[in-house]
Amino acid sequence: MTDNSIRLKTGLAEMLKGGVIMDVTNAEQAKIAEDAGAVAVMALERVPADIRRDGGVARMASPKKIREIMAVVSIPVMAKVRIGHFAEAQVLEALGVDFIDESEVLTPADEEHHVDKHQFKVPFVCGARNLGEALRRIGEGAAMIRTKGEAGSGNIVEAVRHLRQISHDIKRLTILGAEELMAEAKNLGAPYELVRMVAKDGKLPVPNFAAGGIATPADASLCMQLGAETVFVGSGIFKSSDPAARARAIVKATTHYQNPLMVLEASEELGEAMPGLDIAKLPESELLQTRGW
Amino acid sequence: MLRRIGIEAIEVRRADELAQVDGLILPGGESTTMVKFLTGENLLEPIRQFAGEGKPIFGTCAGAILLAREVTNPPQLSLGLLDVSIERNGYGRQLDSHIAEVATSLAGGAMEAVFIRAPRFTSLAAEVETLASIKGEPVFVRQGKIFAATFHPELTDDERAHRLFIEQALKHQQQSAVPS
Repeated sequence: MTDNSIRLKTGLAEMLKGGVIMDVTNAEQAKIAEDAGAVAVMALERVPADIRRDGGVARMASPKKIREIMAVVSIPVMAKVRIGHFAEAQVLEALGVDFIDESEVLTPADEEHHVDKHQFKVPFVCGARNLGEALRRIGEGAAMIRTKGEAGSGNIVEAVRHLRQISHDIKRLTILGAEELMAEAKNLGAPYELVRMVAKDGKLPVPNFAAGGIATPADASLCMQLGAETVFVGSGIFKSSDPAARARAIVKATTHYQNPLMVLEASEELGEAMPGLDIAKLPESELLQTRGW
Repeated sequence: MLRRIGIEAIEVRRADELAQVDGLILPGGESTTMVKFLTGENLLEPIRQFAGEGKPIFGTCAGAILLAREVTNPPQLSLGLLDVSIERNGYGRQLDSHIAEVATSLAGGAMEAVFIRAPRFTSLAAEVETLASIKGEPVFVRQGKIFAATFHPELTDDERAHRLFIEQALKHQQQSAVPS
């Protein structure tokens, strides 16, 4: 793929900065999200909290559902594919979605390889827990990185861990000598050229967003203050008692994340947040973040 | 881009922040979202006043949509500071995003233009001057101190579009510095 293709892909990611991307499962929810000020919607069959509850194999959403969503909103529409399932990605590209999330929330299709994202014209976003994972995905052609967090948990602790880990790893690179970067690339399991680039620039070469467990306006503000450039909200909105109000509140808190008075305003008069899970009590086999390699 | 040119820039989210600047850029993004933000924060009137005071505004992509007199596909509220009609997502979805060379009247020859889910001008009033075009279709226009591009000059190394806007902002700054 050409340099221009990467510029167009990251260009769209740049345009989503400072906003909120919301998980939706049908056209009606997509409209609510757009009306509340979402910068994009993520189309999927079930929100992560329901995937967690129901179990079974979670796949790409049905094209019919995605088409219905694309028809009612004018903001970009994203959709998820299973890790490594390049045929699902080909279907989504043929459908004309604006962004593909190769997501650990769905059941992985390949336990060793991710999709070769350079082969696609449509941009991809991928989850990461640390810098090595982020750079492997960027090496494969991802145009945007998001933290994995722990989707569908309503618990922000893992997204915070991953944001802090990535920024810690980046800071570390910037103080290493040039001769130390190859060994560091080996430790991180990341492409050397990308390691050099991050060491020089002090940031990822693509936008870095937060996802996984964001449920309240203050959660969104926390992620933004920790360096996320946009937040994804999955189950947090449509699993709460008043989705439209919560969606508006999270948008407001994300826009004014540095202003506690505005985050306070956004936090008032909200109904019940989604119920949360204690990650420490989840068995390893139920964690979504460990999917991806 | 502004910092690269050596201009101090702040992000404006509220009316009191608007009062601190000599020129305003309405950036790219999702215009639907931005209209909701501008109405929610009651910023439409302050921005119209800002323009009324002769301060320059530069809208890129979604920003151009916000400035237009009329918006289609779908119709939406706008500032109406630029006498043009504009069609949202005029080329299609992200798969139709592209990079092209556009002809410009600015010194220095053709300009590289990054179009991302870009809008298209569908009609221009006589007072609107075309600064750049592709195949005869305007993509960068100006009406007095209001500038609008359907592409993203900030995603290239070409500083000409921004410099044109900055000239106007500096001019205004100098004029207002003169004691009256």
